Amino acid sequence: MHIKDVRITCHAEWITMNLRAVLMVIVTLLLSGVSVAGPNGGAMLYRQNCAVCHGDNGGGGVGIPLNLPDFLAVASDDYLRKTLRIGRPGRIMPAFANLGDTEIDAIIGHIRSWSPQAAPVYNSDPLPGNPERGKTLYARHCTGCHGDEGRGGIGTGVTFSRPREAPVEAPALDNPGFQESVSDAMLKASLLRGREGTPMPSIKVFGLKEKDADDLVAYLRTLNRDVLPEDNSGLEPVILYESAYSLKQTLENLKQAVIGRNFRIIREQYLDQGLAPEGKEDTRRIILYFCNFAFLNDALAIDPRVGLFLPCRITLVKTEHGVQVMSINPKNLSRLFNNSDLDRYCQQMHDMYAEIMEDATL
Amino acid sequence: MKNILVALMMLVSPVLLAQDLFMVRSQLPFPEAMSALQQSIGKSGYKVSRVQRVDIGLTKSGYKTDKYRVVFFGDADELRAVSDRHPELIPYLPLKISIFAENDETLLLASSFKHLRPFYPGPDLQLQFDRWESTIRDILERVRVAE
Ligand code: HEC
Ligand code: HEC
Repeated sequence: MHIKDVRITCHAEWITMNLRAVLMVIVTLLLSGVSVAGPNGGAMLYRQNCAVCHGDNGGGGVGIPLNLPDFLAVASDDYLRKTLRIGRPGRIMPAFANLGDTEIDAIIGHIRSWSPQAAPVYNSDPLPGNPERGKTLYARHCTGCHGDEGRGGIGTGVTFSRPREAPVEAPALDNPGFQESVSDAMLKASLLRGREGTPMPSIKVFGLKEKDADDLVAYLRTLNRDVLPEDNSGLEPVILYESAYSLKQTLENLKQAVIGRNFRIIREQYLDQGLAPEGKEDTRRIILYFCNFAFLNDALAIDPRVGLFLPCRITLVKTEHGVQVMSINPKNLSRLFNNSDLDRYCQQMHDMYAEIMEDATL
Repeated sequence: MKNILVALMMLVSPVLLAQDLFMVRSQLPFPEAMSALQQSIGKSGYKVSRVQRVDIGLTKSGYKTDKYRVVFFGDADELRAVSDRHPELIPYLPLKISIFAENDETLLLASSFKHLRPFYPGPDLQLQFDRWESTIRDILERVRVAE
């Protein structure tokens, strides 16, 4: 935030500035009617933090639905609280470290307002199931939707406008955020009840009983994959190659390399085209956009948000020392989107960029 | 003092800071949200340089919507000055916001500069990132509340 970078030259000035800032914040708070404790505080916090993915009324979107009676009947406040604190590392659902306890409780209060049912309370004791037996049951009845070892379905939530395998993608059961938040008793209650309005059946439809639920729970407890995307924070933000050719020749080479890899060239433009007056553009900086539809669809199905970095783009820059060819480093994206399903795709995109640039500058 | 301020401001700011992304949902259908976005960019003093389709061929591939665009915007002088001083940033410029339909509502999304900050510790760029981030949040917030 700005405040951190303000150089403090004069003490008095600093105090006035801060005071003014505090006053402004307070006035804004008053005007915007933030009252975290009040009944509307939760609604507003929900709209600010959750609605973008879960929908204004909890109907789902990029995230799964939160307003289903069967979900609210089995989800304890403790589960919701921990889920908001820890999120689902590597699974889009963020951790809300910025929200205080009061805010989190207010949001939970708002979610509860969607159902007349009281919140269930569970004890945290482990259930005495047989994980080996549970594993067999899981393989028979659950793998089809939740994936091998509870990895989850690929894709997000219920965004119906995109092609997906199920109307609601199955959450990852091996996610450390889920495992940390859910109690054995809540798991069991979820299995016995199922979730109407989603593909999740009650295990009773498979002829399974309470004892089988215990075994399934015992097996689910053995799943705890570390799904955090590998720490990419040290990765260079750009991929860069130097070209020994002229700008024009490098551009030609680049186009050849792009087409040679079955990509279609979408557009070639100056960096400041549309900003600088026509004819006054900086001709030393050129962007080449290209795409491959299979690639694009694949990526959007995993996470509709990656379109922010599409279509593919390589930039050419003429400097005093020669011509540089560069792109963003796609390996940063899975972390940016908190989605480890993107790892494979980002690696592929990284290698493709590097190969094309290498070809063009060789 | 500063921490309190930051905490208060995060409370006030309705634009979601989900990890390193800024995301908002507009209750407007796509065409209206798109025009609200372009107006909002204008209000911030920036100019839209291009609206890029990301969706060519999407409906053919089974998608129910082809409403997916990336809106690029900037200022010619600022863009030239920054890319003269820091050519490494060029792949991230001009600034952009993606916008796509979700049923009859619209989602908007932009990236923060958090992942770039560690690489460019100089105060000039950090300040530039601050400015861009706050501008982008303002732009998105105006679209979120637009009716
Ligand atoms: C960036 C998108 C995004 C945001 C923002 C988001 N969520 Fe989620 N949320 C998801 C996704 C996706 C899942 C499914 C997790 C999975 O697939 O493993 C999820 C899962 C959940 C779950 C678990 C539901 C279940 O059936 O067990 C809860 C509870 C939840 N979110 C609540 C919230 C709340 C409350 C907020 C706001 C404070 C919020 N989420 C913000 C995307 C999001
Ligand atoms: C037809 C697909 C399907 C099958 C079969 C299925 N599930 Fe599910 N399951 C889902 C979906 C979809 C959800 C998310 C429901 C929602 O949106 O709340 C879910 C939710 C769950 C949840 C709650 C997770 C959470 O984050 O709240 C658990 C636990 C679970 N399933 C376990 C199982 C087990 C164990 C089996 C096998 C006995 C099984 N499921 C079979 C699709 C399925």
